[in-house]
Amino acid sequence: MNKVQNNKAWWLVLPVFLLVAFSAIIPLMTVVNYSVQDIFDQNNAYFVGAEWYKQVLSDPRLHDSLARQFFYSATVLSIEVPLGIAVALMMPTKGWSASLCLILLALPLLIPWNVVGTIWQIFARSDIGLLGYVINNLGIDYNYTSSPIDAWVTVVLMDVWHWTSLIALLCYSGLRAIPDAYYQAAKIDRASSWAIFRFIQFPKLRGVLIIGVLLRFMDSFMIYTEPFVLTGGGPGNSTTFLSQTLTKMAIGQFDIGPAAAFSIVYFLIVLLVSWLFFTTITHLDKDKTKEQSYD
Amino acid sequence: MAEIHLKNLAHSYMKTPQSPSDFAIHEMDHVWQQGGAYALLGPSGCGKSTLLNLISGLIKPSHGGVLFDGVEVNNIATQDRNIAQVFQFPVIYDSMTVYENLAFPLRNMKVAKDKIETKVMEVAKTLDLIDILYRKANNLSADEKQKISMGRGLVRDDVSAILFDEPLTVIDPNLKWKLRRKLKQIHERYNITMVYVTHDQLEASTFADKIALMYEGKIVQFGTPRELFEEPKHTFVGYFIGSPGMNFIELTANNSEGNTKFSFDDIVFPLNDTQKQALQNTSSTNIKLGIRPEFVQLSASAHPDSLPCEVVYVEDLGTYKIVSVTLGKQTLKVRLGEDQQIPTETAYLNFPEQWLKIYIDEYLVDLSTGDNNNE
Amino acid sequence: MSLVLENVHRQVDGVAHLNNINLEFQAGSFNILLGRTLAGKTSLMRVIAGLDKVSSGNIYMDGNNVTNDGVQKRNISMVYQQFINYPNLTVYDNIASPLKLSGTPSDEIKRKVQETAEMLHIEQFLKRHPLELSGGQQQRTAMARALVKDASIILFDEPLVNLDYKLREELRQELRELFKLRNTIAIYATTEPNEALALGGTTSLLHQGQLLQSGPAIEQYHKPINLNAADLYSEPPINLLKGKISDSELSFDNYANFPIGDQFKSIAAGEYSFGIRPSHISIVPKSDNDIELSVKVDVAEISASETFLHVTNNDLHMVLQLSGVHDYRNNTSVNIYIPPEKLFIFAEDGSIIKAPSPSSSGGL
Repeated sequence: MNKVQNNKAWWLVLPVFLLVAFSAIIPLMTVVNYSVQDIFDQNNAYFVGAEWYKQVLSDPRLHDSLARQFFYSATVLSIEVPLGIAVALMMPTKGWSASLCLILLALPLLIPWNVVGTIWQIFARSDIGLLGYVINNLGIDYNYTSSPIDAWVTVVLMDVWHWTSLIALLCYSGLRAIPDAYYQAAKIDRASSWAIFRFIQFPKLRGVLIIGVLLRFMDSFMIYTEPFVLTGGGPGNSTTFLSQTLTKMAIGQFDIGPAAAFSIVYFLIVLLVSWLFFTTITHLDKDKTKEQSYD
Repeated sequence: MAEIHLKNLAHSYMKTPQSPSDFAIHEMDHVWQQGGAYALLGPSGCGKSTLLNLISGLIKPSHGGVLFDGVEVNNIATQDRNIAQVFQFPVIYDSMTVYENLAFPLRNMKVAKDKIETKVMEVAKTLDLIDILYRKANNLSADEKQKISMGRGLVRDDVSAILFDEPLTVIDPNLKWKLRRKLKQIHERYNITMVYVTHDQLEASTFADKIALMYEGKIVQFGTPRELFEEPKHTFVGYFIGSPGMNFIELTANNSEGNTKFSFDDIVFPLNDTQKQALQNTSSTNIKLGIRPEFVQLSASAHPDSLPCEVVYVEDLGTYKIVSVTLGKQTLKVRLGEDQQIPTETAYLNFPEQWLKIYIDEYLVDLSTGDNNNE
Repeated sequence: MSLVLENVHRQVDGVAHLNNINLEFQAGSFNILLGRTLAGKTSLMRVIAGLDKVSSGNIYMDGNNVTNDGVQKRNISMVYQQFINYPNLTVYDNIASPLKLSGTPSDEIKRKVQETAEMLHIEQFLKRHPLELSGGQQQRTAMARALVKDASIILFDEPLVNLDYKLREELRQELRELFKLRNTIAIYATTEPNEALALGGTTSLLHQGQLLQSGPAIEQYHKPINLNAADLYSEPPINLLKGKISDSELSFDNYANFPIGDQFKSIAAGEYSFGIRPSHISIVPKSDNDIELSVKVDVAEISASETFLHVTNNDLHMVLQLSGVHDYRNNTSVNIYIPPEKLFIFAEDGSIIKAPSPSSSGGL
């Protein structure tokens, strides 16, 4: 749609351009710059080409944490999406209970990430934390600081607690947009609740779900603060995800070159996966419309 | 197959209705016979949607009952009432093909596959949907979608009534004609009770054998389109049916020397003896004469009992013309055929007594009995 | 104020929404855009309003080229299909809102709002909120807001479509009266031919982004420029028959032949489309010249004062508009009569060859 052009509007956009330039493009270019040089001090920098990339890509630490990262994102998504939809479906639609539910759901989203980590760090402790204490008293041996599995479960649980609300809220708004006539028609057609979900609610939720899944994938793939506060990446390296590996490399060991190369690779992975996801989904839609308009 | 009986039905949205104005539907007793084509006609806010929802079971009546074939269904849920409904905006299952849409109600009822196939094919054929049967439903035009939602009702053998809630609202005028014809054919073919809710008199009268005209929560007249047109029982029926509606002239009685004259704007209206008789018996001051624009005679020269008028505006609608004339302070409309000559400036009006209706307190006076229809 | 559109094109993603539109609107005129859904009515209005940009062509207001001016510079009001009002403002504040924005003194606002509200018969609702009103009153409020600010151009985009048909009849008449006294260009889009005929004024027929014809609606009804234009006046739609004219005969679909009458002598032999208005066909012959066809009744739609008889014969479908009630069962055989002097004749490309003269007074 080519709207009437008003050139004054460009001036209004300028601050945003500057902001994006300073916040994204310039730092990114610096990182690209670092990733192809070996820097000793201010005056001694040597161009090394793809050397750092080779090193990073063959680094087992990257392989391990990348695998861990994918597994983590897949796990939290496969729990949060169905759970979020289920919560949205069960929420009341009218009255004070609806408002109450919305507030309760929004609460975890309002808590700063490091606070979330701290809350769970204490909550899940087996000596003083309510959760850890109860589980241990039930006769299950649970300690997230020593058992990798316990640590994983705790980190996933924390993420689910923190972010399911987002999916639920998105779906809730999507569900509210479905006109009553659809439910009435389905009733008259004697559709079961499952059929109503499958053929009315789910198709109408697709749009918001795409956004939800994309947001959750990117966020979970870049998770840093909460596991850092909760487990510090341990025990061992069991909950050390990509961003933490990167930070260790860059700040802990001052391997600026490899760390920069790592960042670029990391960035490209997130971009690639999001792009793949988005294009497949939109492509599916396009294929359908094409098929319809030409047959 | 069902007869729908609205037995002493009334409905109020309030918990404890105090006055008549608290009722959305005033008490009525009304029977729709099995296999009939009925229209529920009225302006927005007259209660026709409420009545439709009472029949479909989306609302439970506060008073009286809805009976299907003599069985009260007040407490039976929508899905168990064996009715189908077509909504104002097409409701289809976007992710399914046309075939799957039509088969959906049958699949829900676990009907055998080959039975579904025959039934869907049959309905698709009647509705001219064969060519698009395997296309996804979401990219079709509005009229095709409406046909699909109708088809979902027709595939079921157990459907006893189809309710239409202003189904042609989103359809282009030229397609309305086609779809309306289709509806009519389907009604003749399937022998299903159909109730069609609309505010459009043309849709109502072309579709329905009998129209229930609603006004302020009451059915003011139930009859064939012709009856509603020729014998409107209430001034509202006269106004609402017909395009333009009935002309009304308010009369006042002047009693002089035992001889009552009925006049408006100082013009004495020529009435015959029966008409005068009917008017003399009433004490009411709300007296109106009504005549349809189609029946008013307009000519360039004076005739016995004609009244002189001024032609003020001519609306040429192609197939007919609507002439506005002033008579005293009243503006009357006259509908003339496309080939009829229109007098300019001064003309003469005649009111054939057969078509001149008398209304006292807004209700029609039956001149053969002298009864006022007011309950 | 005058408005001129010159060679206006608008393309979106390679699809022409408006194709070479040339139109002139005079001050104080009431103009109608008649066309089907997606014919380009709304596109044209948006271009006039400055909401969309033209791909090429120019728009002049009072002789000034405003093609690249934004909507704020054009002094335009618009009324939409949906009843668009500010829900949290009273009817009074709704109507006053454009005046407040332009900094009109408050006593003048008061006077103008009162005046406009009275014109549209909503003066008793000024203190209420729009959602407490009926659909008709809501649309009247939206119209009052459009009228109050003395815009040079008022655009109505199917404003009555969501209203009861009786209300439509009333508002239509009021609109006609309202604009008689104003010096504004009113442009009114509709899909309904009856609305165009009833409103009177200059009608522009749009079809697939093209302007077919412009002029008084009744003239277009009687003399459509081509098949598409004839088809737009479709209440009910015009009947079309394929046929042939030879030296001596007129034939429809090769099965019905008739000796050719004098009125067709001047037309070259060849293939044509013949159009006949539903109200011109009858079930009793009116003259010896009438063309007789045997058909079967498909369905009879009886409205109160007239009957729409749908008839069919092989692949031929026609509709007759008869006055009075004619109850036919399906599949009854009937003879219908077409007066040849009422036939429209279209060439194969759709352009009109012959239109019947409207004032033949039926007298034969």
